[in-house]
Amino acid sequence: MRASCLLAAALTTSLMGGSAIAQTIYPIDRAEILEGSRFDFKVEFPNAPTSADVSVTINGKPAAEVLGRPTNFIQSEEGQKHSALWLRGASLPAGRYVVEATQGGNKAVVNWDVFATAQPRRAKNVILFIGDGMTVANRTAARILSKGWKEGKYDGELAMDDMSNMALISTSGTDSIVTDSANAAHAYTTGHKSCVNALGVYCAKNALTLDHPKVETIAEVVKRKTGMAVGVVTNSEIEDATPASMVAHTRRRSDFNDIVEMFYAVKPDVIMGGGSPNFLSKMTPGSKRTDEQDFIAKFKEAGYTLATSKTEMNAAVSGGTKKLLGLYNTGNIDGAFDLRLAKKGTISKFPDQPDVVEQTKAAIEMLKGNPEGFLLMVESARIDKYSHSLDWERSVFDTIMLDNAVKVAKDFAGERNDTLIIVVPDHSHPMSIIGTYDDSRPGQLLRDKLGVYNESLPPNYGPLDAEGYPTDVNTSRRLAVVYGSYPDTCDTGRPAMDGERVPAVKGPDGKTNIANEKDCSGPLAARKTGNLPFDANSGVHAADDVILTAMGPGAEKFRGHKPNTFVFRVMTEALALGGQ
Amino acid sequence: MRRQRPLANLTRRGAVFGLAAASLFDRAATAADTETIAFDGLYKSFGVLGFEFSDRVTALRGKDVRIVGYMAPPLKPESHFFVLTREPLAICPFCQSDADWPVDIVVVFMQNETAMVSAGRKVVVTGRLEIGSATDAETGFVSQIRVTHAAFALA
Repeated sequence: MRASCLLAAALTTSLMGGSAIAQTIYPIDRAEILEGSRFDFKVEFPNAPTSADVSVTINGKPAAEVLGRPTNFIQSEEGQKHSALWLRGASLPAGRYVVEATQGGNKAVVNWDVFATAQPRRAKNVILFIGDGMTVANRTAARILSKGWKEGKYDGELAMDDMSNMALISTSGTDSIVTDSANAAHAYTTGHKSCVNALGVYCAKNALTLDHPKVETIAEVVKRKTGMAVGVVTNSEIEDATPASMVAHTRRRSDFNDIVEMFYAVKPDVIMGGGSPNFLSKMTPGSKRTDEQDFIAKFKEAGYTLATSKTEMNAAVSGGTKKLLGLYNTGNIDGAFDLRLAKKGTISKFPDQPDVVEQTKAAIEMLKGNPEGFLLMVESARIDKYSHSLDWERSVFDTIMLDNAVKVAKDFAGERNDTLIIVVPDHSHPMSIIGTYDDSRPGQLLRDKLGVYNESLPPNYGPLDAEGYPTDVNTSRRLAVVYGSYPDTCDTGRPAMDGERVPAVKGPDGKTNIANEKDCSGPLAARKTGNLPFDANSGVHAADDVILTAMGPGAEKFRGHKPNTFVFRVMTEALALGGQ
Repeated sequence: MRRQRPLANLTRRGAVFGLAAASLFDRAATAADTETIAFDGLYKSFGVLGFEFSDRVTALRGKDVRIVGYMAPPLKPESHFFVLTREPLAICPFCQSDADWPVDIVVVFMQNETAMVSAGRKVVVTGRLEIGSATDAETGFVSQIRVTHAAFALA
């Protein structure tokens, strides 16, 4: 079952450059394009001119001549008030290109940098870890919780901190300062900037979400050009934006049923996450498909082993499986806080889910035997989702989980010097550590319990378990972690042991979100007037830059400040994916 | 088959509509022998590869039932159907993203086109229980469990 047509974000299709007065060229200005990678070339002309009224040149020659194939001109595309020139699936040799679209007296110009990748190939394997929404405070809190703190120093380093290279990454999309996880991940997997909600496409004027100009993903390039294996691992629904960015081409990230088909088209060797209902025929109770395609059966026919639990996953690995479809939950896989401490969420329905660390181990085990190497994306997805819920303990537990998965990869990479490991968030949240709440401080209010500066004594969390998670965080002295964006809400200053925090609920007018009173009655609960628009029911992303760390061949290119698209460039250069 | 849908400006979360008018003729008041079912008892198994309806739900197929749930934000102010959810959607963790409905929804097809109440209101629905995959001819909405010929009242 699924909603047939609705999308939460406003989808104005022509925010950037597509105004009624100028021609718009895709790929856009300053695009960096992998040599030989496929892209859809599109120029939109306002006011629906005829082909005789326009001309398009690349480096001064007709576009069709440079691209080697005829272009297709559509007057009044889709009945809209523009005309379009298309060439789908174009590619170019390395070089600098100046594209000019002329319409009457108006000329639009964009520049492309089509880059080559040097031989010989430097990395056999690339492992890209994405901490969705992982903010600097996530790392700091994860270090405090899992490594300990004494006299201003930590008792250990995170695996993701102890890497040879680091860069500051900016994450904005083409249309907005603050990105979402779709076009943020798209930047890593395609090297192109795009707009909020988009995956593997530029955001043109097309009416249908699957018709926008496409760009090739790194997984597609790898599958088309090499014998490498590909893995996509997450603890969100597998159709969610970050994992989908490896295979998807849609203007709307919520096209889950289409995204399942796109996974099937690309066929990554290892696919693991939640979100099974979009794989089931609509004839099956629990399906969210609107057609009768049974993707469980299709993947099995294509040689995949199916795993629906951790036990089945491990059995498949021991049995020598090299192609695995692992679907462990109908929705998102439960996070580390619920898997370990609170046992809430969907633990009772799905008692045998693997966590991201176990998934990473299994994935590497299945992929590492490929003589041509592998490309693996691993996402810890709920760092972000829990920060939306202002549930920092859950967000930080999933940061520790990501770090343990990075440790698994580092142990694999060892001294091989053939595996590039990148750890990077896709965007940030406005999250900070401002001190500690100490129940023994005098006073009745949460702010009375807050120790700042010299009074921010270290927390007294329970001892660490074998994997470095504190065994108790509901203690008398706790980190004070605050979010800079929130709806009307109540802050309890304590972990939400009875399930993921719900910061706000719909008010009586059915539109405005108001504080969730369940959190407002505790002894210290602090009522906060929201600072977000009234229709927001949770925290929002921040435009703040994020920290990337990396090691292995190619990692040395990460330094200083880079746009998120640079991550694609480093990966493709390390794998020498350029060339016709 | 590839389905392509036009972009919609309508937002699910933002859709808010007026008060119920048509629930005045509430079958709940008259159907004393109607069996009550609950979200908790709909399925006997709930797994990654699909659900199995409980024996009781299977036995009540085609019979009049009553079920309490929350009205999801309606697709239109007046409609012949709405989605009933276990929890109000605004506080459903599955629904924090813009992606989709929860998996265990019940779709309610009204006797008549009916003005909907505000999203997230608790309602009691009465009508005939149907199970099995069905696709609404008008909207293409696929459902596995439905209450048809239905009426509702605020709970």
